[in-house]
Amino acid sequence: MNKIKPNEKLDIRNILKDLDKYVPKKRPWVWRDISPQTIGEFTYQQASPGIKNFVPLPSARGLGNIDPQPDAVITTEIASGRFEDDIRRMRMAAYHGADHIMVIRTAGQSHFDGLLEGTPQGIGGIPVTRKQLRAQRKALDIIEEEVGRPINYHSYVSGVAGPEIAVLFTEEGVSGAHQDPQYNVLYRNINAIRSYVDAAESKMIMAYAGMAQIDGAHNANATARDAWKVMPELLVQHIINSKFSEKCGIEKHNICLSTVPPAASPTPDLKLNLPYAVALREFLSDYKMRAQMNTKYMDSSTREATVTHVLNLLISRLTSADIQSTITPDEGRNVPWHIYNIEALDTAKQAMIGMDDLLSMVSLREDGYLQEKKREIQERSILMMEEIIEMGGYFNAVEAGMFVDSGEYPQRNGDGISRDINGGVGAGTVVKRDEDYMAPVTAHYGYNNMAQYGEQYVKDPSSLIGGCTFEHPEMVKFIDELDDTDNVYLRMDKTEKYRTGKILKPEVEWLGDGTVVVDLFFPTDIRTAEAAAIETGKKMNLVKVEVIHKEVLHPSEGTRIQIKGTFDFDIDVEKLVLPEIIKSHSMDDVINYVKDNPIKVVAGTAGNDEHSVGIREVLDIKHGGIEKYGIKYEYLGTSVPIEKFVDAAIETKSNVIMMSTIISHDDIHYKAMLKLHNYAVEKGVRDQLILITGGTQVTPEIARKNKMDQGFGRGTKGIHIASFIIDKHKEIMNK
Amino acid sequence: MIERNDDFEARRGHLKSMSDQELKAYFLELSEKLVDPLLDLAYKHTSKSIERSILLRMGFSSIECKAIVDMINEKNLLSKGAGQCVYLVSKNKGISIHEAGMLLQNSDEFDYLMEHFKVYE
Repeated sequence: MNKIKPNEKLDIRNILKDLDKYVPKKRPWVWRDISPQTIGEFTYQQASPGIKNFVPLPSARGLGNIDPQPDAVITTEIASGRFEDDIRRMRMAAYHGADHIMVIRTAGQSHFDGLLEGTPQGIGGIPVTRKQLRAQRKALDIIEEEVGRPINYHSYVSGVAGPEIAVLFTEEGVSGAHQDPQYNVLYRNINAIRSYVDAAESKMIMAYAGMAQIDGAHNANATARDAWKVMPELLVQHIINSKFSEKCGIEKHNICLSTVPPAASPTPDLKLNLPYAVALREFLSDYKMRAQMNTKYMDSSTREATVTHVLNLLISRLTSADIQSTITPDEGRNVPWHIYNIEALDTAKQAMIGMDDLLSMVSLREDGYLQEKKREIQERSILMMEEIIEMGGYFNAVEAGMFVDSGEYPQRNGDGISRDINGGVGAGTVVKRDEDYMAPVTAHYGYNNMAQYGEQYVKDPSSLIGGCTFEHPEMVKFIDELDDTDNVYLRMDKTEKYRTGKILKPEVEWLGDGTVVVDLFFPTDIRTAEAAAIETGKKMNLVKVEVIHKEVLHPSEGTRIQIKGTFDFDIDVEKLVLPEIIKSHSMDDVINYVKDNPIKVVAGTAGNDEHSVGIREVLDIKHGGIEKYGIKYEYLGTSVPIEKFVDAAIETKSNVIMMSTIISHDDIHYKAMLKLHNYAVEKGVRDQLILITGGTQVTPEIARKNKMDQGFGRGTKGIHIASFIIDKHKEIMNK
Repeated sequence: MIERNDDFEARRGHLKSMSDQELKAYFLELSEKLVDPLLDLAYKHTSKSIERSILLRMGFSSIECKAIVDMINEKNLLSKGAGQCVYLVSKNKGISIHEAGMLLQNSDEFDYLMEHFKVYE
């Protein structure tokens, strides 16, 4: 019933309909089915089964569009502030290999004492509510059916309402969550006692639901002044949360450490990060690794971020990653945009598949620097734990400012985060349970005097009231909207015209946002270039023009500037002239025609062009080229002088010239086309010859404008060219 | 914390001779010492959020949970468990769990609960 075709859009209004009646399934965390996969002539060792519908990496075009899937669950974080628009991004992400979709909460939700309801717009995330969760889970049910792989849906169990959120998540089919009281204490200034008391309850609920838990240790290296100096502390933070979680009942295989390589190039990245990665995986080998990418050293360059992230992926492959998380390369400059979620996913997939089975060829040294440094990090972490215990335990250490100090432990610079044990949000709100304390529900942590009502209730407390929502999902109370000035329907009404498919507007995160990026170079210094860029944007009719990236190429010779702005015009789809679709005949029709009418082709790459991959693909039988249909060809090679194409065609009595032009610099490809035509005219053979060009920058329109019979661009297959050749051949013969 | 230089070499004396295995075992042993008091604290205490999460599981909406727990907290009965308060009212009056919660939300039935728990304002 949830079937959707790739060429159909998700109907968001339909997803929002009858949400009160939608009962999510129980959704324990799902790992990928890790097993070697053979695809074509390649076998991948660190892999998992392919998916039903996907968009492969761009280069897969030359490899039969294969889309091998790595072993690790791959995460993308999506939360633009409008969950209805995020649903579309989730579908795109799933096609690119994401099976763990994480929803960031709106700013301030962690300080909200209770659950939010309805669908208000968020800032830097979305308000996580029952309705929002239900709508997104319902959409993911459709999407996972479409890709043929379960999708883990994830958000955050933190703040002062952790236990309630954990219940909500269990009821609404959320499969994974961040839960780490240290995050509350250190970064949200929520009272430490309250945080740990609540955390035990949250974790017990998560354990019941089979959720995967991710900790919050990665925040330490994002916060610390010199991220790599916090490594010993990271081991301590990881083990505190992991051990605490284990004792609250979460299975070890669902306890995931959020580990980020703390440093980034231009530090000697691997020299700092690899010993740490080894130290962590050795000490915390009982648990799973959620490898996250570095955010600490991100600037506005998406290129630089991508390189950092690929180095992070190398660490994952040199050690291990059970979940590979992705950070969008634009996170250093804005809340992630659609395209960058996809770029990050493709980066992870490409790098992980590219480094498949790396450790069967190289191994980590068992002596020398790596082992010494690893051991040092481990010993430092132990010394830190010893001192915490000496200080009288965790709370005293937090109060003293032991954590997130900029010195590498045992060095202390006195600048750690210090939290008063009796201070912070929610201080003094914890209550001691009395001897007759009782809670008649499932998955409740701690002292619970069920025996006073009968021994039979001790093992199954909720049986006292005939079961709770965990056994009877129909007991869950659904609240729809609370705010009639801020909800999804009002937002959707405003953008409805863009949902009809008849009007388009460029978009980066929200339907119809109109945001565009212009990448500019100015032959001047950075200050002048910045001002010039803004002016350029205005003259391009963009509004709200802002510089989002600047890079000095040379202090005086040139600066690169990227601006964003709003393109405030609608594009009427009905008035568009769409690029023509190249028609093709059936394979049998082409083969039969060529059998009766032998056709010969001369082919090569033009002028000074050495790029022969494309043309070989449309020629060779192996790649489904024209040879497959019985067309004979003479390959003249690369960098063929234009005259030689025509001379060779005359000499070999060929009917067709296929000239490949990849290089387009200074319009050289247009010039080559005209030259080919003119020389054929000069030789008196133009009427008998079919002239075809191809290349990545070639379009049929451009080719024909430059006197070719036809041009073929990206994505061309042999059958397209063969079909055109026989049509044109018929036309010539009829003359 | 008071500033201090890196005295790693001086501190690590007792760890130096441990094998990697021993070191790991010691790390895990220390972690237990660190978290056990935290677990004990959680075992013996509750909070408004925990109690609201219990009422959620008992079938109340988030808005109802908040109102009922605020009321129970005001009457200093959180230490008995919000779930228990609701349960007792429902049993005593022979009404559903939800109806009992609604009474508590309206500040009704607290005299009965005070009497039952033998607590006095």
